[in-house]
Amino acid sequence: MDIHEHQAKDILATFGVPVPKGGVAFSPEQAAFRCRELGGGRCVVKAQVHSGGRGEAGGVKLCESDSEVRTFASELLGKTLVTKQTDANGKRVDRLWIEEASEIARELYLGFVLDRKSERIMIVASGNGGMEIEDLAEEDPDSLVRMEIDPAVGLAQYQARKLAFNLGLEGAQIGQMVTVLKACYRAYRDLDAMMVEINPLVVCKDDTLVALDAKMSFDTNALFRRAEVAALRDPGQEDPRESFAADHGLAYVGLDGDIGCIINGAGLAMASMDMIQLAGGEPANFLDIGGGASAKRVCQAFRTVLSDGNVSVILVNIFAGINRCDWIANGVIQAYKEIGIEIPVVVRLAGTNVEAGRKLIKESGLPIVSADTLAEAAEAAVAARPQSIAAE
Amino acid sequence: MAILINENTRVVVQGLSGRIGQFHAQEMIEYGTKVVAGVTPGKGGTTVLNRPVFNTMQEAVDATGAEASLLFVPPAGAADAMMEAADAGIKTAVCVTDGIPAQDMMRVKRFLRRFPRERKMRLIGPNCAGIISPGKGFMGIMPPNIYAQGRVGIVGRSGTLGYEAASQMQALGIGISSSIGIGGDPVNGSSFKDILELFENDPDTDAVIMIGEIGGPQEADAAAYVRDHMQKPVAAYIAGLAAPKGRQMGHAGAIISAFGESAQEKVALLSASGIEVAPNPSAMGETVARILSPNRNAA
Repeated sequence: MDIHEHQAKDILATFGVPVPKGGVAFSPEQAAFRCRELGGGRCVVKAQVHSGGRGEAGGVKLCESDSEVRTFASELLGKTLVTKQTDANGKRVDRLWIEEASEIARELYLGFVLDRKSERIMIVASGNGGMEIEDLAEEDPDSLVRMEIDPAVGLAQYQARKLAFNLGLEGAQIGQMVTVLKACYRAYRDLDAMMVEINPLVVCKDDTLVALDAKMSFDTNALFRRAEVAALRDPGQEDPRESFAADHGLAYVGLDGDIGCIINGAGLAMASMDMIQLAGGEPANFLDIGGGASAKRVCQAFRTVLSDGNVSVILVNIFAGINRCDWIANGVIQAYKEIGIEIPVVVRLAGTNVEAGRKLIKESGLPIVSADTLAEAAEAAVAARPQSIAAE
Repeated sequence: MAILINENTRVVVQGLSGRIGQFHAQEMIEYGTKVVAGVTPGKGGTTVLNRPVFNTMQEAVDATGAEASLLFVPPAGAADAMMEAADAGIKTAVCVTDGIPAQDMMRVKRFLRRFPRERKMRLIGPNCAGIISPGKGFMGIMPPNIYAQGRVGIVGRSGTLGYEAASQMQALGIGISSSIGIGGDPVNGSSFKDILELFENDPDTDAVIMIGEIGGPQEADAAAYVRDHMQKPVAAYIAGLAAPKGRQMGHAGAIISAFGESAQEKVALLSASGIEVAPNPSAMGETVARILSPNRNAA
């Protein structure tokens, strides 16, 4: 789960990371007021959306007065920001963060991630900040410093000091860097984060360190014990179809194609998408219906997939272990009754109670195309698309 | 002989008293698996499915000599239950639970390292379908009838995609020595390489199919192991060729976030290591048939 920059800065500040003074604003008037709170002069206005690359997309501006802040804020609020990290739909700007301008002497990169190889929290840092980490890894890999943290010990003082020296910091900067590193580590550990990124972490002209930007994302599996983190969710930044699906226990990811998918199991769902592509089609979505799927959950899955206007065919592929084919078949039949499906549906059932499931589909009299294998199902779905789309 | 479970393996079920634990334990018993006890804190002294239930893992192990444990414990308590199993002297634990916090798994992995090699517990999962040695026994939630007895090992992250492979193999008359689900989480108990090593040393296994997916470094590590240390032929399939970068595909671990984590990159690496990669998920069975063919090296 992602949160906004201003929320990440708030959290990191409570753990001891120095951040610029600032305030959040939901209207141009409030933005101007925040500017005056900071002294009324030069300040930075930043669009709050769950994406990087905001600066290049026109979502960040250095302003000289409260009236300039008001003008920029009224242009930005309500607008959709398309960055190189968002899809073509972009993200809506509903709030701004206005903060004091900093006198930058040097920019550093600092990130904390879960390293899957060592299975530990790892610090990735660079003396060359401001660039995205992907670009850094490509253009200046030698500048990257990595350090693993032993979960039984935590981040040791010497490790933090060593990292500070390795980045070329000196004098009073060393102690400040150690404080920043330990604070980020504690925030990561205590709040079940999956990522903490400060980019850039700046050394100001007066020799102080400040987190100029901050990004945090959290382990959704741990939200049950992090109510304070769960409360920071902003549904306005999510794809409404994905939120709807998640609320009904379905894992859904919207894609660009036109073949809607309803599958059980993440691996089989990915494999079915691959099979569709190999058969010459494009999947409209990833959808894992999960274990023990009731007829009702199957109906919700149909609603979710059909909420994407591009969908022209639906492929249902179930290999039942913990699921049962007869429940799934009943769900498909119920979906026809409740939703009134008008596009072709291809159903492939295998595993537990497969005979009962196939019988139900056959006897329903509904125009459902049945398939026995994964390959047949994908080919049938591609073949069932309306000619106009298939010809593109 | 098979790996990790056979007809003599004595299994305790952590969470046997729950609805799901009971349902699957029943299936395991019907299949012939030696389920000897259950553990549910606070339910000690009761019986479920004619098996004694204990309050602690230590009591269960002391009373029954159990060497393996299957966990149906909800996410909040799952990590603790795994550590309890390790401390009680369990050799092999299989955790089905989905949704365990990643940092809990980090701590479990660190905890397991405290034990000397001969006492160290092997953890399979979490977020997996379980393990089966066809005709001998199983621990997990899979439909056991789709696995024919034979001499090919299966190791995979996804449950249902593993079923797909087993049924394609069954249709071609190819049987299975053991099938191991390692689960879809970013931090898991055993890696592809760990399981390949067991299959390489198992006299009842002739070949292995590995079913991977996008995300993480484990397929690459496995490829290096196959190239440098394995004599037995290995087939593979990698799911997620159509998956976009940076989006999580259901499994917590199925996300392309670094170089080398896409399906395309993994397929290239596996092929370069001498692994026969199935071109699509419908060809898993025939790819296994190809590596079993005596003419393979001549072709």
